[in-house]
Amino acid sequence: MRTKLMQIGQRLLQALPSVFGIIVISFVLTRALPGDPAVYFAGMMADDNSIAEVRKSLGLDRSWIEQFFIYVGNLLHGNLGMSLSTGRPVLEELLTRLPASLELTFAGLGLAILVAVPLGVLAATRPGSLTDHACRLLVTAGVSLPTFFTGLFLMYLFYYLLGWAPSPLGRLDILYLSPPHVTGFFTIDSLLDGDFETFWAALRQLVLPAFTLGLFALAPIARMTRAAMLNALGSDYVRTARANGLSQTTVLGVYAFRNAALPVLTTLGMVFSFLLGANVLVEKVFSWPGIGSFAIQALVASDYAAVQGFVLAMALLFVVVNLAIDVLLTTIDPRVALEG
Amino acid sequence: MTAMARSFRHFSYVMGENPVTAAAFALFALIVALAAFGPWIAPYDPLATDAMNALQPPSWAHPFGTDQLGRDVMSRVIVATRLDLGIAVSAVALSFFIGSAMGCAAGFWGGWTDRITGRITDTIMAFPLFVLAMGVVAALGNSVENIIYATAVINLPFYARVARVETAIRRNAGFVQAARLCGNSDLRILATQVFPNILPPMMVQVSLNMGWAILNAAGLSFIGLGVRPPDAEWGIMVAEGATYVVSGEWWLALFPGSALMLAVFCFNLLGDGLRDLVDPLRRT
Repeated sequence: MRTKLMQIGQRLLQALPSVFGIIVISFVLTRALPGDPAVYFAGMMADDNSIAEVRKSLGLDRSWIEQFFIYVGNLLHGNLGMSLSTGRPVLEELLTRLPASLELTFAGLGLAILVAVPLGVLAATRPGSLTDHACRLLVTAGVSLPTFFTGLFLMYLFYYLLGWAPSPLGRLDILYLSPPHVTGFFTIDSLLDGDFETFWAALRQLVLPAFTLGLFALAPIARMTRAAMLNALGSDYVRTARANGLSQTTVLGVYAFRNAALPVLTTLGMVFSFLLGANVLVEKVFSWPGIGSFAIQALVASDYAAVQGFVLAMALLFVVVNLAIDVLLTTIDPRVALEG
Repeated sequence: MTAMARSFRHFSYVMGENPVTAAAFALFALIVALAAFGPWIAPYDPLATDAMNALQPPSWAHPFGTDQLGRDVMSRVIVATRLDLGIAVSAVALSFFIGSAMGCAAGFWGGWTDRITGRITDTIMAFPLFVLAMGVVAALGNSVENIIYATAVINLPFYARVARVETAIRRNAGFVQAARLCGNSDLRILATQVFPNILPPMMVQVSLNMGWAILNAAGLSFIGLGVRPPDAEWGIMVAEGATYVVSGEWWLALFPGSALMLAVFCFNLLGDGLRDLVDPLRRT
């Protein structure tokens, strides 16, 4: 147990250089603006006085090294600057919109795992079968489909032609009130509130965008599951288990799948990174009020503080997710402790 | 049998074995032809508006229909090939050259060079890549060139990593030692001995990567970065068509979207095929 804790601690320390790298890049990005950053951060209506004030408050009149420390200090206080388009602090804007994006991302990832893992396992247990070919086709198609295009196509099919989906505008139809804020996830909040009608409405809004994201995440997960399962099934321990006369379900479920799950879990980190990018596109297609839509609005309005805050937040979120996955791996895989 | 004839026979054998790759090669030739001769092939002027014929569904006169300004969607899809392919090719070329220089140096000399390039690629990979591209475009300014730079930056780590691994394997190979014994400098050995040998795996990476680069560039222009209307580009055409999909005018978004999908699909298949050609051991 003690070694596990130490390993987790070590892994946390290993994340520090990448966090430092992320902060350096985002500092460079905020300072690499064409022209005078102070003019941009001060906004359209600024006069010379307010520009000078912004320059002083951002520390732009100091040296680069000093500026960097001021920037890090601001970050530690949670100060990402003001959003020009909304006039509120960027951090506040991001935090209010984050639950919407996370709900969508997790729903998409969950859907993808639910479909891709069984599909990969089936394909690996019956190589050359119809399932295997279907899996391969899906994997190649999945990486070739532009998310924004699949989203639009699904929208046309299920909203315009079939009329099954509600109008693709946001998280909840205007007829409903948003549920009391607990987690920020509308589906969970409405369930906690016991309001099944709102839950159903929120779920109906969520299905199409989540499905679009899921389709995108499906390919890498299915490919990895198939490869890892094939690897595990060809191993000596599975042959031994078979030779000892264990049932097919025990061999597959306990011996092969548990071992194959580890590389799949590692892949999830990479998939999550791609999902955070795809999220932006899906949010735009379905007018989902998450941080992706916020970033796009900010980009169009040249609201740089908001965009760079968004980039930084996404990168830090990605680091946290990778850390969580690694910690999970350390705790469930006994071999990691042995190696250390 | 000469080496040329042998590799041609290998090529035709792989093509015969794998009709999918042959089809991908044919599609690739078509895409290149459209990119090269698009403006001459397109039946209409891609920018000519015709308010009388706005939002017409596909017909014989306009096989892909017309858009909200009456422009012919088919001509726009054809003409857009050059811009889409141009952005992706320039971005991939940039990251190919910078990435292989970084990777070769890291793999050949190791030590500090390796540590610094490794740190740079790791830091880029620590970002969700599409989000980083958005940030780069926001910082540099909203233009087509900056879309290219942003796409190049997020592709860089893949090339640097492949080049580093492939160079490290060959660092002490016999032919490298022989070249060193002949008195060649490190740089000369890298350029004339090592680099030509790591080209095949790098080319596979290029074609696997090209589809992804096209997707990213189209994604950036879909959210309104880079290409400006009225220029024809697949991503922005899908974005313009998106508002009409909910009211049933599907052809505005479907055709450019399908063109994009086909191009990416083609490059992905081509990458798999090239890998079979270059590295028969890894055939699946």
